[in-house]
Amino acid sequence: MAHPMTKAAAPRRANAGGRARPGAILTVLAVENMHCGGCMRKVEQALAALPGVDSARANLSAKRVATVHSSTAVKPTELVEALARAGFKAAELAHDIADPAKQAERDLLKRLGVAGFAAANIMLLSVSVWSGGGGDMTPSVRSLFHWLSALIALPAVAYAGVPFFRSAAQALRARRLNMDVPISLGVTLATAMSLLQTTRGSEQIYFDAAVTLLFFLLVGRYLDQRMRVRTAGAAANLMGLRASTASVILPDGGTERLGSRLLAPGMRILTVAGERFAVDGRVLDGRSEVDESLITGETAPRSVAAGAQIYAGTTNLSGSLVTQATATDQGTLLAEIARLMSAAEQARGHYVRLADRAARLYAPAVHILGLVTFLGWMFAGRGWEAALTVAIAVLIITCPCALALAVPAVQVAATGRLFSNGVLVKAADGMERLAEIDTVVFDKTGTLTLGEPALSQTAGVSDRVLARAAGLAAASRHPYARAVVRAAEATSLKIAHAAGVREEAGFGLERAGPTGIERLGSAEWCGAQANTSDLAAVWYRGGDGAVVRLAFEDRLRRDAADVIACLHAAGLDTELLSGDRGSVVEAAARHAGISRWKAQMLPAQKIARIEALQAAGRKVLMVGDGLNDAPALAAAHASLSPSTAADISQTAADAVFQGERLGPVLEVLAVARATRRMALQNFAIAIAYNCLFVPLAMAGLVTPLLAAIAMSASSIAVTANAVRLKTMHLELA
Amino acid sequence: MTALAWLIPCALLLGLLGLAAFLWSLHSGQFEDLEGAGWRALDDEPRREEAEHKG
Repeated sequence: MAHPMTKAAAPRRANAGGRARPGAILTVLAVENMHCGGCMRKVEQALAALPGVDSARANLSAKRVATVHSSTAVKPTELVEALARAGFKAAELAHDIADPAKQAERDLLKRLGVAGFAAANIMLLSVSVWSGGGGDMTPSVRSLFHWLSALIALPAVAYAGVPFFRSAAQALRARRLNMDVPISLGVTLATAMSLLQTTRGSEQIYFDAAVTLLFFLLVGRYLDQRMRVRTAGAAANLMGLRASTASVILPDGGTERLGSRLLAPGMRILTVAGERFAVDGRVLDGRSEVDESLITGETAPRSVAAGAQIYAGTTNLSGSLVTQATATDQGTLLAEIARLMSAAEQARGHYVRLADRAARLYAPAVHILGLVTFLGWMFAGRGWEAALTVAIAVLIITCPCALALAVPAVQVAATGRLFSNGVLVKAADGMERLAEIDTVVFDKTGTLTLGEPALSQTAGVSDRVLARAAGLAAASRHPYARAVVRAAEATSLKIAHAAGVREEAGFGLERAGPTGIERLGSAEWCGAQANTSDLAAVWYRGGDGAVVRLAFEDRLRRDAADVIACLHAAGLDTELLSGDRGSVVEAAARHAGISRWKAQMLPAQKIARIEALQAAGRKVLMVGDGLNDAPALAAAHASLSPSTAADISQTAADAVFQGERLGPVLEVLAVARATRRMALQNFAIAIAYNCLFVPLAMAGLVTPLLAAIAMSASSIAVTANAVRLKTMHLELA
Repeated sequence: MTALAWLIPCALLLGLLGLAAFLWSLHSGQFEDLEGAGWRALDDEPRREEAEHKG
């Protein structure tokens, strides 16, 4: 089956201009860990130094770099490798920077510019009319000013109003009402009526109101679109970074790196220590240990040798393995989990955003008010023209300009605040869903815990033994070896780094010490008598033959218990669902202070549990990191992932948080609730202002001056209220 | 009132100039990376092309 991405990923011809040569193509790479100006320069220099690269330009906001290079001299995979050498994790993106959402953002900005220009200039003319109208301004000068206003307003409305007219027409065709219907009606009627009045030399002209209205509405629309582009861009970067490559062993014995889409069952694949498996397969040759914690939640590595089954997405820890692929790309366990995830995601699609819910109530109300006003004045015998003028004033006053700004302004402030705290919000409606949470479900490994083993407090391990063991361990990248080194460093021991350490993959390390051969590794390797199920330990055998056991545990994040206590204090329920063994999960739950826990959960069981909670009326927040959590993350009402999570989980989550603390969970919930509170406050401001001015408008007392002041004031009020969120002190309560 | 005859066209012209400048900056990609642009101003090292021109 042809993958849909293949076509889009085909080489694009680079833009003309610059130093681009014929045959040059543009490749866009997502760069994960580019954070500052220094990183940006290093990324550009690393790429520009490659032969065949014409130019490289990094975009820090989008975390992407656009590279123009010769299609023959340098391949996109070589660009990724060059960045990896410079210390950056990068991946080729199928999406161009000029995607449709980005185009729409630029289009809105252009229309915003035009509306701003028109509003400012018409206001200049209007203010003169208002101030001079009662004094020495002659009717002919006033008429001239009105004609000039019309000259600016007509093209501006025709151009800047298009997004609203188009959306309103779409809604009407589908026999629905949205916020854009009253907007379009108000703006077009006001413009048409003002044009008619201008030809008659009347005083009541609403060009300024119509154009200013469009300007404020476009500001709201632009903010909303910008957040969509940002969240969609973050999601696309994560998707791109998910795609991986593998070294395929060719029949002649050489190897070639291929993208995971090009792998086929039966191929022989070489996976070195530290690399992720790209396929499901069977080990043909080699011995190693595999970290399957992302799939099973089990922290202890599993030993594998010829004949063992391995899964895509898990990490090879200690030795090189030759495997034969049994399932690739869409057939892997990883893809199975992705399918489970997209099925679970369906339910979330029905969520209706706050602004849309408001529009459903507001739009009909506005139209009824306008109609009632028109009919009322008709029956009062004022004639259709006067009645229509008053009805238009009502439509302008009620135009949901503050309402359209209310939600986007708050959300932009909220995502900006979270972003500076290391939380990346990915779903545009995520903040609204996060605000409704009443139950938090945690995964254990990598979420409540740090997901890396630490040497547990052990009796019988002397500092001398630890220092010797750390000297051996420093030569290995195995997670237990690193834990031994960290423990030695934490107690500030002097680690005797010695050359000549030999690593026997799947067994352990050895070297010739002053008194004989020293070994660090499995029980078998050190000649210890041990239960084979004792996975969370390694043994050290000194030169004198004495054997010491070093046990490990996966520590809780330092603030885990505090965070859980805060959640309970705020009235939220917590639950722990893990794929790990019962005894380990129970201990973690006890330490963290979670009373409800379930162990040995499969991905489908996690979904079932979350669906059961949601069927009972709970709004569940899932916090998880593993591949086995991804479907549950998608099924939950809202979801969070640490940035160390499996890529697919980060893709499924509404927001991703960085750092070793669990505290961001509290911050996210507090900001989400504040966001909803502020959005509702903004709605209240908008409605209060309507309650004040609508009766005036219906009574025919609103002049163009009053309309302009009222409209601007309410828009500025809601924006100013939203900005408070950036600096406000927030606590979850 | 004769002042209006040239003041109004002047005001409109200035406004149009501003609009044109905005559209030009939008078109030339100056709004693409608001974060990165701030950092680039602080970058002391000459870019590759400039360095080559200087020989």
